[in-house]
Amino acid sequence: MAKSTFVYVTYIRTTQERLWRALTEDAEFMKQYWFGVHCQSEWKTGSPWKMLGSDGTVLDDGEIIAADPPRKLVIRWQHRTRPELAAEGPSLCTIELETFDKSVKLAITHTIEREPSKFIDAVSGGWPKIISNLKSLLESGESVMENPYPHGK
Amino acid sequence: MTDQHESDLLFKALADPTRRTLLDLLHVNDGQTLNQLCENLDMTRQGVTQHLAVLEQANLVAPLWRGREKLHFLNPVPLQEIYDRWIAKFEKPRLKAISDLKKKLEKDNG
Repeated sequence: MAKSTFVYVTYIRTTQERLWRALTEDAEFMKQYWFGVHCQSEWKTGSPWKMLGSDGTVLDDGEIIAADPPRKLVIRWQHRTRPELAAEGPSLCTIELETFDKSVKLAITHTIEREPSKFIDAVSGGWPKIISNLKSLLESGESVMENPYPHGK
Repeated sequence: MTDQHESDLLFKALADPTRRTLLDLLHVNDGQTLNQLCENLDMTRQGVTQHLAVLEQANLVAPLWRGREKLHFLNPVPLQEIYDRWIAKFEKPRLKAISDLKKKLEKDNG
């Protein structure tokens, strides 16, 4: 079966350690750039992983396939709330951190073993907003958007 | 990389029609090879390679290697940053002006 892949890359003026914490352990920080959402896991290879909405609903869950802090994280990512997206099965999200000069390159690759994929279409709207918010928050201390859909879209 | 330098690379990359066409081609079908992209452009392979290099430098195209094949992926993050920095900010006052006008007109009616 063909694969759907999306790639998101940004350079953030921070350290790999800070960025790793922002993406993993620091749930309160995560809520600030992820529109109230946060993830829960031990962040070790084989640990269960879940993403919770602001009301505590499990939006997505899965397993940490590989964790190499502060360099690489691979998550088996299964959507749970929207039936048509959940039916597509698990996706694979690879997060890579690499230092370039005074910045850290953050590369997120999200793939699913089907083409086309409604799930990948759905996350492709979210990732750029989340990453742009994270960059802004780490660099300036302020997130650019609190609401991902300010015009009710 | 400074923010200024990043923005310069980004707007310079977007200022060229061929490079915008390349982004459109990747939007329709993401993860294409150089050969696939060349098929849709009336341009030498070398020309397309150069345009792709400018897009990569601006971080608008992210390369991924699959074996020996280099696949080009559209990276939407810098476009989101342009939106946050250059569009949302200027949209807000106008939306507020429209909503103020609506309030005023509706008040005058009543």
